[in-house]
Amino acid sequence: MNAKDFIRENIPLFGLILLMTAVSLYSPNFLTVDNLLNILRQTSINAIIAMGMTFVILTAGIDLSVGSILAFAGAVCASMIAADTPLIVALLTTLVIGAALGAASGTIVAYFGVQAFIATLVGMTMIRGLVLVYTDGRPISTGDFDVANSFYEIGGGYVAEIPIPVIIAAVAFLICWYVLNHTQFGRYVYAIGGNEQVARLAGVNVARVKLIVYATSGALSALAGIILTARLESAQPTAGMAYELDAIAAVVLGGTSLAGGRGRITGTLIGALIIGVLNNALNIMDVSSYYQQIAKGAVILLAVVADGRSKASSR
Amino acid sequence: MKKLLGLATATAMLLGTTAPSFAADTLALVVSTLNNPFFVTLKEGAEEKAGELGYELLVLDSQNDPAKELAAVEDVLNKDVKLLMINPTDSDAVRSAIRAANRKDVPVVTLDRGASGGDVVSHVASDNIQGGEMAAELVNATFEGAAKVVELQGVPGTSAARDRGEGFNKGIDAVDGLMIVASQAADFDRTKGLNVMENILQAQPEVNVVFAHNDEMALGAIKAIEAAKRDILVIGFDGTDDAVAAVNDGSMLATVAQQAAMIGSLGVETADKILKGEDVADYTPVPLQLIQK
Repeated sequence: MNAKDFIRENIPLFGLILLMTAVSLYSPNFLTVDNLLNILRQTSINAIIAMGMTFVILTAGIDLSVGSILAFAGAVCASMIAADTPLIVALLTTLVIGAALGAASGTIVAYFGVQAFIATLVGMTMIRGLVLVYTDGRPISTGDFDVANSFYEIGGGYVAEIPIPVIIAAVAFLICWYVLNHTQFGRYVYAIGGNEQVARLAGVNVARVKLIVYATSGALSALAGIILTARLESAQPTAGMAYELDAIAAVVLGGTSLAGGRGRITGTLIGALIIGVLNNALNIMDVSSYYQQIAKGAVILLAVVADGRSKASSR
Repeated sequence: MKKLLGLATATAMLLGTTAPSFAADTLALVVSTLNNPFFVTLKEGAEEKAGELGYELLVLDSQNDPAKELAAVEDVLNKDVKLLMINPTDSDAVRSAIRAANRKDVPVVTLDRGASGGDVVSHVASDNIQGGEMAAELVNATFEGAAKVVELQGVPGTSAARDRGEGFNKGIDAVDGLMIVASQAADFDRTKGLNVMENILQAQPEVNVVFAHNDEMALGAIKAIEAAKRDILVIGFDGTDDAVAAVNDGSMLATVAQQAAMIGSLGVETADKILKGEDVADYTPVPLQLIQK
């Protein structure tokens, strides 16, 4: 690979480095170990959701239900912790519920042939309704049992100075990376997004792969919900609203095509970091909230246009 | 029917009892929902004041549904009510209900939430600007005129965020030693309150107090402050159950609470003035209350 190709392949990474350099020149409080760990911890939730979203988008689908699943999983988990359920039972149940909700959308997409946008839009709406019914519109606190303290560690704890959410996100990333790049399942995911017809003719069980992909997205959303609930020691009925947009933005910023079949999960991680750094920088520089939205939009636009141009010129 | 009512009124007058002079004019109160403690308290405040002033109060629950709200208003308009007090489910959707009352020449008073159309004689609601000022005064009193302050704003562009921010900034600007070191939006959301506060803490080595435009953001900020082991006081707004609990256990300095009962009782007082032909203001501000330990 020559230097030109290397740059072309890594536009998102250079974008991130450029952004971080610019912010650190402006604010001395940005490039500190403390703040970088802070950014990683804040980014971990979006990064975990975006990893699931990467699988879905690689199959040329989309998952709008991630924020609602996050909220429902968080609420169920919080009420289990408040009822003194053993930690491991609460966590596994929550992950299974997330996977099941994802699989429900996946079934509608894979076996009933409904477009992913519509199927998961319905999922988003109905699951948000479930959250409101389940929580009665009120936050659920994780309570005072001992298990609540160990639960808090998942969101607020550290292992050797590294925040636990960052470690969880890193492990999730390694697993996703391995599955996508080194397993048959991963190759099927790319194949379906590249050309579903051809994949089917080549003997890939397209429906089954899609079902698993949406279930994975649901489980990862539930994992993000666990971390968020642990950090706040309470589950909010409005948690995760519009998180699907941040996750999709991370995937697209990372260079994955919404048309499916093309993209990398490393890019998604970088995309999530760009969004995390941007949020942090705007707060640190005390930019007026009225301008923040414009700034965010502009950076995302710039990154996507740069990536699009470099890909167009490589064809 | 009218005759019958007249007869009933006459009888009531003859019987005299506790009701002063003209007994039992009927007021209607249509509430957005009675499934929320805030509005139940509002209703109770109205009922108490109505009893005191000698009105019959007819209460209907819209169950947060504009269609039910319109039906409820149409029903009460057929019952010879003298005045309609309405706490709209939605500022836009309530317009047709208000126009229905206008057609029957029944005066309308809106409570807590305003209406974007129709003829409303007076609007009775909390004074968010004053609430912001109260928070600023508390900051001033607690830190004796010298503090570094962080403001967590609500959803940019909403009236609650605008008014609470305006009052607060006015109060802080009036004192030389008080300085707002960061003012950032966290959209009335607990998670964003946590994240935005964490970021601000990275940038600001010295912060004494946080004012959040609502309790949810305040509770998120408290989590960030606790995790960073910093010593910063937090003031919220609304007086939700979680916030009052936090005030009681000492993790929150105070919350500026709306007085739901007073919105109800001032609504009835305003109605009373209108029916007696007295002048009333377009907007009756309801004072807020500081909940502290």
